[in-house]
Amino acid sequence: MRSDPGLYDYWPYRDRPKIVWPGGKRLAFWVAPNIEFYELDPPLNPSRKAWARPVPDVLGYSYRDYGNRVGHWRVMELMDRYKIRGSISLSVALIDHHPEIIRACVDRHWEFFSHGIYNTRYCYGMDEAQERSIIEDSIASVRKATGQTIAGWLAPALTHTERTMDLLAEYGLKYTCDLFHDDQPTPVHTKTGRFVSVPYSLEMNDAIVFNVQNISPRRYVEILKANFDRLYKEGEESGTVMCIPLHAYLIGQPYRLEPFEEALSYITGHEGVWLSTGREIAEHYIANHFDVALADIAGREGR
Amino acid sequence: MALDPEYLSYPRRRYGMDHDRYAWSMLHDRAPVRWPNGAGVALWINVALEFFPLDQKGQPFKLPGGMVTPYPDLRHYTLRDYGNRVGVYRMLKVFDRLGLRVSWAVNSRLAERYPSLLRVVVDRGDEVIAYGVDMDKPHYGGQSEEAERGLVQESLTVLRQATGQSVRGWISPGKSQSMITPDLIAAEGVAWFGDWINDDMPYLFRTRTTSLVALPHSSDLSDRQILIDFRHSERDFADQVIDQFTFLAREARTQGGRVMALSLHPWVIGQPHRIGALERALEHITAQPGVWIATGAELMDTWLAQQDGQKAPVGGAPARDT
Repeated sequence: MRSDPGLYDYWPYRDRPKIVWPGGKRLAFWVAPNIEFYELDPPLNPSRKAWARPVPDVLGYSYRDYGNRVGHWRVMELMDRYKIRGSISLSVALIDHHPEIIRACVDRHWEFFSHGIYNTRYCYGMDEAQERSIIEDSIASVRKATGQTIAGWLAPALTHTERTMDLLAEYGLKYTCDLFHDDQPTPVHTKTGRFVSVPYSLEMNDAIVFNVQNISPRRYVEILKANFDRLYKEGEESGTVMCIPLHAYLIGQPYRLEPFEEALSYITGHEGVWLSTGREIAEHYIANHFDVALADIAGREGR
Repeated sequence: MALDPEYLSYPRRRYGMDHDRYAWSMLHDRAPVRWPNGAGVALWINVALEFFPLDQKGQPFKLPGGMVTPYPDLRHYTLRDYGNRVGVYRMLKVFDRLGLRVSWAVNSRLAERYPSLLRVVVDRGDEVIAYGVDMDKPHYGGQSEEAERGLVQESLTVLRQATGQSVRGWISPGKSQSMITPDLIAAEGVAWFGDWINDDMPYLFRTRTTSLVALPHSSDLSDRQILIDFRHSERDFADQVIDQFTFLAREARTQGGRVMALSLHPWVIGQPHRIGALERALEHITAQPGVWIATGAELMDTWLAQQDGQKAPVGGAPARDT
């Protein structure tokens, strides 16, 4: 084990080379619906139990199922209204379980990236061959179902190994959503490839907001607007990223979705916002800012 | 180090669910359902009448609202009991004033302990739902079938006798089930249950014998979750209830009838400083057009009558093994 993940350098958030997003925009906004499948009775991972109660954990399982049966369509229609394309954090097995959802998202030209096979299969304890097999499964399954080659990764249930980032870069993926160290993209140290962290967010993530912080739906909107206001202002100096990660079983509940619309309306009403996807942010950054960032980091003394 | 190869095999990776209890479908894709008088939203108010034993065993886990301190936990015991002595009568004033029928999920031991309260409920013409034996008797995975059948039978026998109602609805304490709870309750004449929180409308749920109707009893729109677990303010509670209604009423205009289930606990919402929030929300909702105040049995019957080709909940096809 290491005391530091060794994935990025310390790089102060001031006097960085300026980021400008396409069209001269100052804030890259993306929404990442997590479209997940949780299993009723998954095999046990030695490091983590899937459910709080003995199987069947009816409350936990059926709550997640609500997202696919009910919430997803509501969230998708709301995003349509504000012309926001989703960047889907996908439990890849959902392609088999619920192809209707996949088709609806393909029709909307949403981006798919991998969130593992199931959100009840964790990476803890996998050897390299096993971890390769879920990456290969993800690439092949998403390509077959959507024609897309995945560029991004959010580890299933945020479970990682020390080799995850190296393997993703080796397979040609471009970005990770698993690092929360910055409000701008940053290069990630990998053995091969040009691989970046695209700011996802735990603070703006409805799962953290509702399941962990137990925040009320209307206050969530206030938080989202405050987060946006500050990042939008700072984006004048150098482009920022704001992500709203969503889970339809949470935000798709009527009492939450009713106030939530105001946040999307507010954010998309600003001229300097680039409505983007995870892949578009990563590709733009790698093409225009990656080398400049590496040089700037290398040139700083006493970092 | 590597994980057992089983950890990377997916025998239930297939179309639909990873079990055989119900069919996969999206609410958006289903045929619209019509409620009586063209109503958009069926408001289904559920009140839990609960008995929390002082000598809680907490096995294999404690249910929400259970005792907290070492024995004897007088403070939580009496605070729960407050609901059945005081809070519930405060709520009844609101229901009576607004002319609201409600459904009561009753622990059978509560019915035995407070028969006069049960008579009040029955005399209103309200629906009684079987809610297990008490709040220290969870149904759970790993429980013996015999022990669990005993709980199901005790609850239904006591409640049917005490109310004179057929008691066709079931909610498990803490919404906790074993793998066979649906089979056991169906075998005892239960027609609908409300433990699974995966939908906003009824759907069919297979058992060993008949199919049950799963109704969307809410865990989210619950005074206990919002006010106690999440510590939101009373104003926040009322706002969330009203927002739920506003959204569903709008959705119902284009997609057919919706169920709005509201879960209440007298020991929570029956407090003097909280009851006003419930009043405000219910006054607002009942003043809107297109609201049908429904019971669980009425939701089931009305929905079932519109399901062409679906099996009735009694006498349906045997489920496949799960």
